This record gives sequence, C-alpha cells and structure tokens, in this order.
Amino acid sequence: MNVENALKTARNGVNTEALMGARAALAETPAAGQFTWRAECDWVHGTHSRSTVQGFFGLGAEQSHTRAFTVEADHPPQFAAADNAATPVEIVLSALASCLTAGVAAVAQHRGIQLRSVKANVEGDMDIAGILGVDADVRNGFSAIRVSFDVDADATGDEIAALVAQSQKRSAVFDIVTNPSNVKVTVA
Amino acid sequence: MPRLSTVIIGAGHSGLAMSRALAGRGIDHLVLERGQVGNSWRTERWDSLRLLTPNWMNGLPGLPYAGADPDGFPPAATLVRDFESCAAMNGAPLRTETRVLSVTWEAGYKVRTDQETLSSDSIVVATGACALPNIPAFADDLPAGIAQISPITYRRPDDLPPDGVLVVGASASGLQIARELALAGRRTILAVGSHLRLPRRYRGADILTWMHRAGVFDTPYDQVDDIERVRRTPSLPLMGSDTHETLDLNALQDLGVEIVGRFAAIAEGKAQFSGSLANFCASADLKMNRLLDAVDRRIEADGLQVPDAERSAPTRVPDAPRLTLDLARSGIGTLVWATGYRPDHHWLHLPVFDRKGRIRHDGGVIGDGLYVMGLPYLRSRHSTHIAGATADAEALAGHLAERLPRRHAA
Repeated sequence: MNVENALKTARNGVNTEALMGARAALAETPAAGQFTWRAECDWVHGTHSRSTVQGFFGLGAEQSHTRAFTVEADHPPQFAAADNAATPVEIVLSALASCLTAGVAAVAQHRGIQLRSVKANVEGDMDIAGILGVDADVRNGFSAIRVSFDVDADATGDEIAALVAQSQKRSAVFDIVTNPSNVKVTVA
Repeated sequence: MPRLSTVIIGAGHSGLAMSRALAGRGIDHLVLERGQVGNSWRTERWDSLRLLTPNWMNGLPGLPYAGADPDGFPPAATLVRDFESCAAMNGAPLRTETRVLSVTWEAGYKVRTDQETLSSDSIVVATGACALPNIPAFADDLPAGIAQISPITYRRPDDLPPDGVLVVGASASGLQIARELALAGRRTILAVGSHLRLPRRYRGADILTWMHRAGVFDTPYDQVDDIERVRRTPSLPLMGSDTHETLDLNALQDLGVEIVGRFAAIAEGKAQFSGSLANFCASADLKMNRLLDAVDRRIEADGLQVPDAERSAPTRVPDAPRLTLDLARSGIGTLVWATGYRPDHHWLHLPVFDRKGRIRHDGGVIGDGLYVMGLPYLRSRHSTHIAGATADAEALAGHLAERLPRRHAA
C-alpha cells in the first residue's frame, strides 16, 4: 500500500506522518527512545486511592503532559468498600482495551482504512480464592482475558482482522499483560 | 485369615512407630509394605542425599539415637539400616513385597493386595507424604527434547544429558540438587518462587537445636491459626553435611547457579519466569530474621552464654533476572521439577478426600477406624520429622484402641 495515498484517504485522527517521522529519527538516535513512565499514587481512605500522572522522561529529556491527569481506584460494595472508582483490575482491562484500540486506529490510518466505529469489549476471569488466600493453587491475577472487537470500517473482514492482529503485535499493554516483567518494590 | 484389628499400610518410620504402639497395647495387626522396610528411602532418593535433620532428631520407635555423633547427618542408607533394626527389635508383624491394590468398606475394611485379601476393623495409612511429585500442568507443553525428572527419580549428575539443567523450586530438594549439579560443572538455572531461608548454624549451634529450644515445632495442630497454610510449608531449606554448611541462594550463586523467578508458564516454547523474584527473596530474608529474633529472645531469656549473633547478608538478587528462556535453543537438556510432593492414596476407595484430593483428617484421625500418619504438620511440626512419628503413633494408637469393637475372649 502506498503511504502517501493512505494518508490522503483516511481521516482517523492519528498523525501517522509524525509517528513515521519519529520512527525514522529513532533509527539515528536510539537513546531518545528510552522512556520512563511514572505515576504517583496516594492512599485516600479504605481501598480508595488516587494516582496522578504528569511528568515522564523521553526523547532524552524530562517531559510533561499538557496537564496532570488523575486515575482513581476503589472496590465495589461486594468487597465491603465504598465504590468511589473502578477497581485496579478493571483499570488494567481498560488500559489493555485502550492500547489495542489506539493501535487499531493508528494501523488503520497507516493502511488507509477509514474507521467509522471501533468498540472493544474486555473480560477478565478471576477466582478470588487467590487474593483471599483461600487456595494457594489459585493465582491472584486473571486466569483468562478476552477482548472482542466490533469494528465498522471501509475494509474487508480480513483487513479488519489484520488491523486487530497488528495492533496486538505493537501494543505495550498487550505485552505487559502477556509477558512477565521484573517488578521491584522498595520502602523509602 | 481371621479379621485383624488393624492393618498398617507402609513400613516406614510412621508404620513402624504405629506397629510398636499397637503391640504395646496388645492390639493384633499386620504391617503391609510394597517393597522392603523403608522402601522409599531405598528406591526414591538420590545417591548423595543425607538427612537434613541431625541424628538426635531421627530416632526410631524404641531406638533413639545412641551413637557418638548426635549432631551428624546420616545418609539414606544408614536410615534404612536403622529401620531394619527397629523392625527386628520390635518384632513388627511385617508382610513385605505386598502391594495394596485397594481398601474398601464391606461390613469392615477389606484390604486387597497383590498377595491376599485381608479384613480388619481399622486401617492406618502410613504410605508417606512424598510419593508423587507435584508437577504443573504446563509441563506437557515442554519441547520433547528436554528430559523431565523429579527429585524422586534423580540419582546423580552423570545420569542427565550433558547439557544445562533448569531446576524448578527452591526448597530443600531443589537447592540440594542445584548445588550438586553446579559442583559437577553443569550450567544450572534455579527457578525460585515463594521460599524459606535458614542458616545451618547460628550462635554456636545447629538452627534446628534453636528452633526446638524456641518452641517453634511444638504448637499442636489444633492451635495453629491457619493449619492449611502451615501444612503447605515445604521442608526446611537445609542440607546435611560434615561441614554443616549453609544452603541458600547466595551460596548457590557463589557456585555459579543463575537464579530466576517462579516458573509461571510456557509460551511459544519459551519458559516464562515471574518478575517477582526480588519480593520472594526479600520475604525469605524477613522471615529468616524474624525467626532468628525469636531465637535471640530465647537465648537472652535463658541467660545462655553463646557467641554473638551473626546474620546472613541479604539474598543477592540480580538487577534484571532472566524472564524468559527459549527451551529449545538454550542448551538446557534437563528440567528437574522440585516443586513439591503429594501422597499417593489412589487405592483408598473411601469418601474421605476433600475437593483437592487430600485426605480430610483431624490430627491423623479420619474417622470410623481410619487413620493417616506421616503427613506434614499432622499433629505438630514434629510430625514431619522421623522421630516425630513416635508421639503421633502413641496419640493415634490410644484413640484407635478405645474404639475397637470388643471381641469375645477365645
């Protein structure tokens, strides 16, 4: 597919040109690609907490969002909690869906596919015998995650399937959820 | 054959202890053994294995240790010899080379063996806690070229294909086998999940001496907060040697062993290791130091004149432990599943199991004349030790004797 034509034909709101430029630039200066993302989380009350994100490191320097964003988390009454916000595991599912959806839009833009609507439904199965310590053989996290995409676009079924497949290949959150990462927790 | 009062299944330390306890009460019984006395210690242990408990903790019923080296660690062969002496001394009514095929209830217990069928009023299951290795289901996804063994089938480094070895599990068996392989010059990777850490010696004595003195083995099973949890606790991460050396992750890393996180899954032919290694190691260090704090308090309370406390350095964790290993291309030829054991009670055709296939029991009492011995924390932490069988057998034999049907005198 011709990229120039694609950029002319699709209007998905993704600046693929800038992303392609960044990719070319990174090939020359790989160090600029080293990013560190951050969130600061404050306990509010009970299981309610509020995380703030603003600064991050990348492109060789300290960077900032245009403003601070907050993400709150809590638990529902079924967990004897005040239900001020989504649970952390629902936020993980949301992050996975958001990352894949952004990928679908970007890949569609790059391939000249006009999107009309994209909806992702995400489900994660969990046996809470794990987090409650009832059964040591049950893991704390999801035993399975399912994502179902409903995409309306000017494209064939196979082209849409290829969009969704490519978005998984380039998704940070998909990788985070499917592959292990070293996590180090310290006390200041 | 007339109906017996009791059939004991298994002639290890538990079965022999129960036999002696029943004989002392004049209760007629037989001890069935699929092989010879101490069968699993003869046939399911690696060559170099020595007990991790010192001689004074390995006394058999009626045969407490009386040698010159109470702090020494016997090899398995010595224990087997002691089993034979114990059985002979106590005149245990043994049927060796007799494999139990099933136990059922038919107006009394029916014990079908490959020799004969017996009837009895009561049954003591003493076939051991470590009959089968616990192997995760994803083991089936391993590439075919990799040999899979467990500590039950491992014998010596030379038996393994001449490649690297991935040892999974960091309790006593996994640590000891990883050490032996590293000393034999094998590239060795050890996958480490939740584990414990102990020094072999502390303040001039064996750590087990201090643990006894601090009372950590004594709490009865019915006074433990979470008996399910303590029954899952693996054997203590120790080894028995003449030099009384400490076996921990630092010692293994000094020998060149690479430590990685818990073996979590296999994806596309690659082993995936959890990123939680740092936390598991920090937890093990914290637990070790809590135990040693308790030992220090006991030493102080008892006014003992012993050397000052010297604590082990924190476990060294690599900055970025390996997260994946391509099993086909990594040069790993063998995988050792040192991921724990479970009993083999498949021949017990009675509704006595919980939903996870474990025997439900109350300190070894299953009910209706059925008893089990030799499981972790059966009645206290002593139950796990060889010498602990004597007290468990006495308690359970007393229970059993009270409930036997009265027979008319001949």
